[in-house]
Amino acid sequence: MAKKEAVNGANQQEISVKNALVYGDAVTKCSAVILGAGNLARKQIIKGLLFLALEVAFFVFMILKGAAFLGDLITLGTNTGEEVFNEAKQIYEYTQGDNSMLCLLYGIITIFIILAFVVLWCASLKSAYMVQMYQEQGKKIPSFVDDIRALFDQNIQKTLLALPVACVVLFTILPLVFMISMAFTNYDRNHQPPGKLFDWVGLQNFIELFNSKSGLGYAFVHILGWTLVWAVFATVLNFVFGMILAMVINRRDTKAKGFWRFIFILSIAIPQFVSLLVMRTMLQPEGAVNVMLKQLGLIDQGLPFWTNATWARITVIVVNLWIGIPYTMLQTTGILQNIPGELYESAKIDGAGPATIFVKITMPYMMFVMTPYLITSFVGNINNFNVIYLLTEGAPKAMAYNNGTGGKTDLLVTWLYRLTIDLKDYNLGAVIGILTFVLCAVFSLIAYRKTGSYNNEEEFQ
Amino acid sequence: MKKQEELANFKKNKMSTRRVVTNTLVHIILGLLSVVWVFPIFWVIMTSFRAEKGSYSTTFFPKSMTISNYVTLFTDTDVFNFPKWFGNTFFIAVFSCILATFYLVSIAFVMSRLRFKARKPFLNIALILGMFPGFMSMVAVYYLIKGIGLTEGPLKLLALILLYSGGAGILQFYVAKGFFDTIPKAIDEAAFIDGATKWQVFTRITLPLSKPIIVYTVLQSFMAPWIDFIMAKVIIGADSKYYTVSIGLWNMLTRENIYNWYTRFAAGAVIVSIPIAILFVFMQRFYTDGMTGAVKG
Repeated sequence: MAKKEAVNGANQQEISVKNALVYGDAVTKCSAVILGAGNLARKQIIKGLLFLALEVAFFVFMILKGAAFLGDLITLGTNTGEEVFNEAKQIYEYTQGDNSMLCLLYGIITIFIILAFVVLWCASLKSAYMVQMYQEQGKKIPSFVDDIRALFDQNIQKTLLALPVACVVLFTILPLVFMISMAFTNYDRNHQPPGKLFDWVGLQNFIELFNSKSGLGYAFVHILGWTLVWAVFATVLNFVFGMILAMVINRRDTKAKGFWRFIFILSIAIPQFVSLLVMRTMLQPEGAVNVMLKQLGLIDQGLPFWTNATWARITVIVVNLWIGIPYTMLQTTGILQNIPGELYESAKIDGAGPATIFVKITMPYMMFVMTPYLITSFVGNINNFNVIYLLTEGAPKAMAYNNGTGGKTDLLVTWLYRLTIDLKDYNLGAVIGILTFVLCAVFSLIAYRKTGSYNNEEEFQ
Repeated sequence: MKKQEELANFKKNKMSTRRVVTNTLVHIILGLLSVVWVFPIFWVIMTSFRAEKGSYSTTFFPKSMTISNYVTLFTDTDVFNFPKWFGNTFFIAVFSCILATFYLVSIAFVMSRLRFKARKPFLNIALILGMFPGFMSMVAVYYLIKGIGLTEGPLKLLALILLYSGGAGILQFYVAKGFFDTIPKAIDEAAFIDGATKWQVFTRITLPLSKPIIVYTVLQSFMAPWIDFIMAKVIIGADSKYYTVSIGLWNMLTRENIYNWYTRFAAGAVIVSIPIAILFVFMQRFYTDGMTGAVKG
């Protein structure tokens, strides 16, 4: 019994919204309605007023604009713009219709503002409960200056994270929610605001994409397949060859290590859009490579680097090796040099050959350090827009892929880009974006959970 | 006795011959690979000095060399204003790298050195957000930026600064966090015992110890605007006055421009690549140092 009470007492100490509502005194509970009341009553004037001002601002916004925005979010606009005959002026006037896209955007922003208010509400209650506890325990109630000082000490994470988190919410989360909601509308090239409205259609876009009989479903399955093949090859080949290169350069007997590294690093240093665009022109049917091979007499006709589907697929993987191997080399070099020398020495004393040393020491160590890197580069390759777009733009086109909107080297992301930017099928683009995300998420969450560097991040500290 | 010595010698000789052979082979392979890696770079440089126009050339070495491609790139600015693009990109790069470094180092420090309730959820959210394809949200970002009114005239550059520093790149703090993880906690604890605040630990202990990763972050975020072209293309649109170099150069290679502009594209590419390459190679030490931790074992 006593134990239970002690537990209760300890629970009561905890500053939480629930405790504030259950154990808070009248003033604290009052803070649930009038934000900052608890702070004001206990002489935290500035803090209390800040809470109150934000609450007033929120309700003013909701009454003036927010409520209407929420209504529009549900209907996505009802009024198509039309021509109306103006009797007084004797002319046709074009009335401003609703813009579904803006309805959607403002509605989502309003939801975010409401969520922000909920956070503020919780913060206010907690803060009120905290000062109440301070008073009950006879501690000094922190002044505004103390609070500011705490922001550079105990609460430094709030100071340092404020701006970055604001950016993430504004530039990443908000746009993502906006795009995701488009997946459930019919916002395609036939429903372009202003002038036309689009509406919620539920899961129809997903059903269409998974229907393998439609051109769209066919395109999706095949592009998905190629995306996976590409990601596996690009990641594994880059990793293996990059590591071999790093080890060859790192060998004790290799001369001029710095020079070799410099040569390979040079290719990373060149901006990708330069090197990739140059590669693209070099590998054209009449490009430099074909011309040289012809002059050497090795071939009669130009090799179809970009025009034949299989050739194009192999070519992008090979060109990607050119980009990727130096990266892996650079990263593995540092790690290889960091493997404690004693490990190797004791292995040699125990009579281990180079192969055993590689399998028993180098590989496990590399895998421990590099697994997160491998996963991120796999996900990065699924989303590798630059290489594909700059090299082929998805070509060669395939008519069977949704009437030629997709190509044989298209990844899901380049297809997504073409569907949204060029063809304005925002709904399909959004669906593909969501599915790409699911793909990446499944791979990385499973793998991340299993890696040592995620689970034992304290190990090396 | 003598026989054994001979045998040992013989073995030694055999070993060393084998070693010489492997070594020569390794160096030959490295040499061949270097040629493959350097060839495209060499090709751009050759093209940039080529006098005859067009994207195709039948010879590796140009028939006649000229520097007029470089000169006209800076003087003939009616259609493609390269100096202006260069200025735009430099402006964006400087400011976005200051902001981005501040953001990234702050997040990485907080996530690595501090323990608080929202930490794990934050890490997981960052991980999940990082898995969405980058420009899935790009169109939405464009409308958002337009909504705030940042798509008018020079404000586009401001929008790009905000997006490069605060956009998806912000979620790439894992590298810096990994670096901070390697700084022993004992150093912080000693400072706390001496009465330091967390802010002091951050500015006086962690930051000075983190030079490699800070330089790496600065470098990375400085280079992003030079390299990226999708974001810039979506935000800036067709307004060639505010192009960054990458969209500008990319536009030189469209079907109608490629014949006249290919050699000048090469010249522009060389001009952009040289400073980037120098920065990269010069600071490569920091890159590898940043990857491997603050305190060497």
